[in-house]
Amino acid sequence: MPILPQVFAELEPFADWVLPSERDRFAKRLASSMDELQAFYDAAFPRLEDGVEYLKGVPIEGIAEQDRNLLWLFSSLVTVSFPVEVWRQPRVPDSGASSIDVVVEPVP
Amino acid sequence: MAHFTKPAEGSWTEHFGLATEPVVYDDSTSPEFYELERDAIFRRTWLNVGRVEQLPRKGSYFTKELDAARTAVLVVRDMDDEVRSYHNMCRHRGNKLVWQDYPREETQGVCRQFTCKYHGWRYDLQGNLTFVQQEDEFFNLDKSNFGLAPVRTDVWEGFVFVTLDPDAPPLREYMGRLGAGIEGYPFHLMTQKHTYRAEVGSNWKLFIDAFVEFYHAPVLHAKQATEEESRKLQSFGYEALAYDIDGPHAMVSSWGGMSPPKDLGMVKPIDRVLRSGLFGPWDAPDIGALPSGLNPSGHPAWGLDSYLFFPNFMILIWKPNWYLTYHYWPTSHHTHVFETSLYFVPPANAYERLEQELAVVTFKEFGLQDGNTLEATQMMIETGAVREFPLCDQEVMLRHLHRTCRQYVADHQGGPTRTTVRVSAAS
Repeated sequence: MPILPQVFAELEPFADWVLPSERDRFAKRLASSMDELQAFYDAAFPRLEDGVEYLKGVPIEGIAEQDRNLLWLFSSLVTVSFPVEVWRQPRVPDSGASSIDVVVEPVP
Repeated sequence: MAHFTKPAEGSWTEHFGLATEPVVYDDSTSPEFYELERDAIFRRTWLNVGRVEQLPRKGSYFTKELDAARTAVLVVRDMDDEVRSYHNMCRHRGNKLVWQDYPREETQGVCRQFTCKYHGWRYDLQGNLTFVQQEDEFFNLDKSNFGLAPVRTDVWEGFVFVTLDPDAPPLREYMGRLGAGIEGYPFHLMTQKHTYRAEVGSNWKLFIDAFVEFYHAPVLHAKQATEEESRKLQSFGYEALAYDIDGPHAMVSSWGGMSPPKDLGMVKPIDRVLRSGLFGPWDAPDIGALPSGLNPSGHPAWGLDSYLFFPNFMILIWKPNWYLTYHYWPTSHHTHVFETSLYFVPPANAYERLEQELAVVTFKEFGLQDGNTLEATQMMIETGAVREFPLCDQEVMLRHLHRTCRQYVADHQGGPTRTTVRVSAAS
């Protein structure tokens, strides 16, 4: 059973980025190398425009599992966009030991 | 060069009658001063502890740690739909009444009555003691004398506040002119909530300082914009559209024309595709007319208004029709818990959910930079090597905050009875 909707099948190798909590998405980013983050970004970002069009047609109410997985995959792309597009490193520069953790978030 | 009009006095600081000398920051390094603040400020003002949406039904409750005010409260919607609060404490031998696993962690839920874990004493939602284990072992125990200790509670625009001061003015009066100016904003429509929490190694006021001036933004957050944009922002510097002060409260009205930006090259590639970013989703939901207090200068480049309701509650209302709150809960003179909640109109579809996610995560990235800078500041001001710091006109809200804190402490030290209380007692 595929994790993602059929039209996004090429992103199946990145199914480990399907994470429903921002806490987990951020933790995976910190645990990844820049090469790993770049590889995910390079595969997923070119599909984001299609993703936007697709997700516009997906009501939140009663969202199907594969669609929800796609939402979490692109949510991970959001998390990864900062190191790839801006920071050039997994961590936020100058953030040292500070951490800000999500305590309430909508599902989905 | 001034890009926006300043008041006739030539500066906001002088306009509000504030001194322009450097400010002494001992109020942020002294353990003794913090102890005074707890009684003079945190036990005397209205504190926002949450929103009514956290109490969706009869019997819904949540707990809130108020270390600075030397207590913890239990907030509940009772069977008459009234929001009430109590000190979160059993009347038998003082055990914390409602908690899960860890007594210092906040919790929430729905119940018909509260039962103490220790000896099974029970209270109804109105706080009445309804059951005592082995009641006949006690000596003439009149249960009506042992209800939960109430805490004064009121609701303003869906925000639940408590105060430990029985003589505090009514909440709506306390919120003053700035509060009145945003009454009617559809906070109740923005129920999609993301909350973040951080333990920060600085005095609570230092983080407020960081968030009531945008003078730092073009420098500290330079790397978040594209390089060219960043250079441009730094050369312009920062000026607010307007400031306002009313009693202990203050606000800043700011431009923020990045939703959507004039030039798409100014923002990150993912912002362009998702049409969202630091300033929120670019396509604002329709929420009807805005209250008259917003965008006081009426400037077309208006982007957000940021309010500090003394002592520790901020509301930021953004032009693309969403808002966020900041709370700073002191735990010592040089530590505090920072909480931020971002509120949106619930997304209709999965794309809107993703747009909101980008706005939320962008905020977190900024917050991480801010948080660490604060530790660096606290560390150095605690050395006492330098005690006085010059504040510019764009830092007028910091000046007002520190002065207000010193005033509350001085008033409190002047005696427990305030003029207003004396007057009512004499009449």
